Amino acid sequence: MPLTMPAPDQSVLARRDRIVAALRRIVPGEGVISAPEALRPYETDALTAYRQPPLVVVLPETTEQVSAILRWCHGEGVKVVPRGAGTSLSGGALPLADAVLLGLSRLNRILEVDYDDRIAVVQPGVTNLAVSQAVAEAGFHYAPDPSSQIACSIGGNVAENAGGVHCLKYGLTSNNVLGVELVTMEGEVLRLGGRQLDPAGLNLMGLVVGSEGMLGVVTEIILRILPRPETARAALIGFPSVEGAGQCVADVIAAGIIPAGMEMMDRPAIHAAEAFVQAGYPLDVEALLIVELDGPDVECAYLIEEVARIARRNGATLLRMARDEPERLAFWAGRKAAFPAVGRITPDYLCMDGTIPRRRLPDVLRRIAALSEDYGLGVVNVFHAGDGNLHPIILYDANQGQLERAEAFGQDILRLCVEVGGVLTGEHGVGVEKRDLMPEMFSEIDLAHQQRVKCAFDPELLLNPGKVFPTLHRCAELGRMHVHGGKLPFPDLPRF
Amino acid sequence: MLPVTVRDLADIVAETAAAGRRLEIRGGGSKAEIGALVRDAAILDLRAFAGVIDYDPAELVLTVGAGTPLAEVQALVAAERQMLAFEPFDHGPIFGRPAGAATIGGVVAAGVAGSNRLSMGAPRDHLLGFEAVSGRGEHFVAGGRVVKNVTGYDLPKLMAGSWGRLAAMTRLTLRLVPAGRTSATLILSGRSDAAAQAAMATAMRSTANVAAAAHLPAEVNAGRAVTAFRLHGFRPSVEARFAMLAGLLAAMGPVERLGEAEAGRLWRRLRDLSPLDDGQPLWRINVPPSGGCAVTSALAGQGARWLFDWAGGLVWLSFGGDAALVRRAAEAAGGHAMLVRAPAEHRALVPTLHPEAPGVAALSRRIRQAFDPAGVFETGRFPERPRAD
Ligand SMILES: Cc1cc2nc3c(=O)[nH]c(=O)nc-3n(C[C@H](O)[C@H](O)[C@H](O)COP(=O)(O)OP(=O)(O)OC[C@H]3O[C@@H](n4cnc5c(N)ncnc54)[C@H](O)[C@@H]3O)c2cc1C
Ligand SMILES: Cc1cc2nc3c(=O)[nH]c(=O)nc-3n(C[C@H](O)[C@H](O)[C@H](O)COP(=O)(O)OP(=O)(O)OC[C@H]3O[C@@H](n4cnc5c(N)ncnc54)[C@H](O)[C@@H]3O)c2cc1C
Repeated sequence: MPLTMPAPDQSVLARRDRIVAALRRIVPGEGVISAPEALRPYETDALTAYRQPPLVVVLPETTEQVSAILRWCHGEGVKVVPRGAGTSLSGGALPLADAVLLGLSRLNRILEVDYDDRIAVVQPGVTNLAVSQAVAEAGFHYAPDPSSQIACSIGGNVAENAGGVHCLKYGLTSNNVLGVELVTMEGEVLRLGGRQLDPAGLNLMGLVVGSEGMLGVVTEIILRILPRPETARAALIGFPSVEGAGQCVADVIAAGIIPAGMEMMDRPAIHAAEAFVQAGYPLDVEALLIVELDGPDVECAYLIEEVARIARRNGATLLRMARDEPERLAFWAGRKAAFPAVGRITPDYLCMDGTIPRRRLPDVLRRIAALSEDYGLGVVNVFHAGDGNLHPIILYDANQGQLERAEAFGQDILRLCVEVGGVLTGEHGVGVEKRDLMPEMFSEIDLAHQQRVKCAFDPELLLNPGKVFPTLHRCAELGRMHVHGGKLPFPDLPRF
Repeated sequence: MLPVTVRDLADIVAETAAAGRRLEIRGGGSKAEIGALVRDAAILDLRAFAGVIDYDPAELVLTVGAGTPLAEVQALVAAERQMLAFEPFDHGPIFGRPAGAATIGGVVAAGVAGSNRLSMGAPRDHLLGFEAVSGRGEHFVAGGRVVKNVTGYDLPKLMAGSWGRLAAMTRLTLRLVPAGRTSATLILSGRSDAAAQAAMATAMRSTANVAAAAHLPAEVNAGRAVTAFRLHGFRPSVEARFAMLAGLLAAMGPVERLGEAEAGRLWRRLRDLSPLDDGQPLWRINVPPSGGCAVTSALAGQGARWLFDWAGGLVWLSFGGDAALVRRAAEAAGGHAMLVRAPAEHRALVPTLHPEAPGVAALSRRIRQAFDPAGVFETGRFPERPRAD
């Protein structure tokens, strides 16, 4: 594997028994896992190409235990990798051989729901879907809905700033979190943000969201919940060309309509999904849009007609409105099953996650197709078209030694995203997967400004090291470092 | 000082920092009277970083120079039937100054938003990326120019509302939203604060999708208490939601629909705070919505006057009494209080921003040092603690 992680600290490996014993004193019973075969389930997240069993796994049940674990590890100079449900697609929860893996799955209670203030206070191990389920009876929901919502944890959503189909209208995780309880690497328990809309001083909570488990361990989250819209209506729209579909997306937005979701699939994705779930997708179109509107009945009825008009103007050859709830769910079934559907047509796949300006869509798809030819690897495109977030899925066979080629293809796609004015990742995070591509988007100076934030939280760089930053500078160095004319004074600092 | 290029700006910051002196970042200066008086800092005027850099209406994304006048930005996007969702406005008039000076950089750095913030978010929710010169005298970028981005730490979230204490922003990329086609305002009259609070909670729990909810007590509204609800959107939807909301609130008293002009006046008064224009110090108190009334009842009968926005979560309070009382009441309700307008003597003693818990304050300090190790932007305008004298 081409990825290099920080070299394990031999002195920590040598102290393993002592570390395990200390953790057992903090978390008695089943909460410490150290038998090699029992560490297996923790050796990877959903970026399964990379695997590394951790030193030991600890599963605390209280904030006090989290604090005691971190304080002890900090005192002993032992690294810690936080983990929620392990569904990260960027390797954010990838363990290190010399680090404690801190699993938050047992902190899994919904502590409070307050409908007058429209908040839910939850522990990090609660799954995303469980929040919506807990408030469903009162007619509420938690809006961000990653496709992994049955499994992924709110703590992991906060760390990755997760999105979902509905974030076009309702925002990403960061727009839906009001406050967090954070335990720093030193074991200090801080409350950032709160139940009110804005923080008193600097917005430190905003920094924590999307920080990929590197600034602190989140032990409690105050989420904004919303009344569930009265109705949702969906339209399934087929186009003879990707351009037509792309223009339709742009025109819908330009008409002032913000759909609850606007998803696009290309021909290979349509075929794979249809073969898998028989959603009734047309097989003779080049691009398929699912446009969902939510709100009061009259609003949906009115806007769905507007969308239909725009679609026809852009040459739609198929236009189906879901007549009832089962049909609406059928429209989504194919899209939601895109990953497993692709899994049936290829031994392995890699899911990319760049964002581009919407207007560049047709152009970018053409160039991805050309790259696919060059690399000799298939690609299937599903994406959150409304906000330009692409998920090209690269098909490969690891047993044929195609992993490196697939990765190179993926990196070229992300470079292309940056080249057209977009970014490396829209919702999956940098993790280890895109770490070494960060210089495509940020200069050394830009990255140094980000890494100093890391230093303000965790000066010894013990929490989830090896993620996000392509080069790890010691904090003392970074504090002194001045960058002149874009050049660092120590240009050849060793990469780890 | 009025740098014109990023290089000038970086040099000025680096040289001032090296000399151990201070700089006060200024946009339009419309909020220059917020915070303690700054004595020995040179003014760093960013108005030369003005102008539109990239605007493609179909993308709903705008990149502009941070020194661009707010009014110019608003006119530009309004021509495309778009708007900044957080309802920025010129704060000059609150301080008895003419309008028109505010810059987009100042608006974002102040991080404050209007009545729509309840439903549409704050500047930090709409700042996608920026370029800036930090206290190190280094030019850097963060975030991106697309609406969905998690590449690297979310520095835009930190920079919005940072009050010029981390870096001088030169360019901003902001997300825009379509301007509402129609809006309608419904009012309930004669409600007590607590009853208004209950009505606002009921409205917010419904699917009427209320964009803004505010309450003006009788004392600040010519003897007539008014609770107002605003809906935005496409006409058929606004009409349907209006009817639903009216039905829901009818049990609480007579509901009324305001005409467009009258509604405009009402919401404008909530922005310019003219109902509280009484010369007393002005506080901005941010609490959970259900906590608004608790704050005001703690201060009632002591000469305080107030109004509520954000469904009760924002209390604008005019109060000449002890600042500690205000801060205690805000804290007891689970929130915090910012001193917005006060005589200079007062501002010299009372920190503008609500003091943070010690651990959070220490972390904030480390973050500020990360961007500004020499403290070139630490002008003393935002002291952490009350001055002991
Ligand atoms: C099939 C599938 C579909 C997906 N669809 C989407 C999608 O639609 N949208 C989307 O955004 N993502 C999606 N993802 C990615 C993934 O589900 C999200 O990133 C999710 O937020 C990860 O949550 P987790 O609990 O699994 O975290 P993990 O994978 O366990 O960890 C992710 C990161 O969070 C950190 N972390 C976890 N918990 C904490 C905590 N309590 N405190 C501090 N740091 C912590 C870890 O250190 C790691 O860096 C998908 C993944 C899969 C497998
Ligand atoms: C209490 C209060 C309530 C407000 N309420 C609202 C509201 O409800 N809605 C609304 O839209 N606006 C509100 N504002 C914002 C305000 O009214 C303006 O619109 C804004 O002040 C205009 O900016 P300016 O250029 O005049 O800022 P200035 O007064 O010049 O600067 C404001 C702050 O921003 C910093 N700053 C200025 N430019 C930059 C830059 N380029 N980079 C970094 N830092 C910079 C300054 O150092 C200063 O701390 C409020 C402000 C305050 C203080």
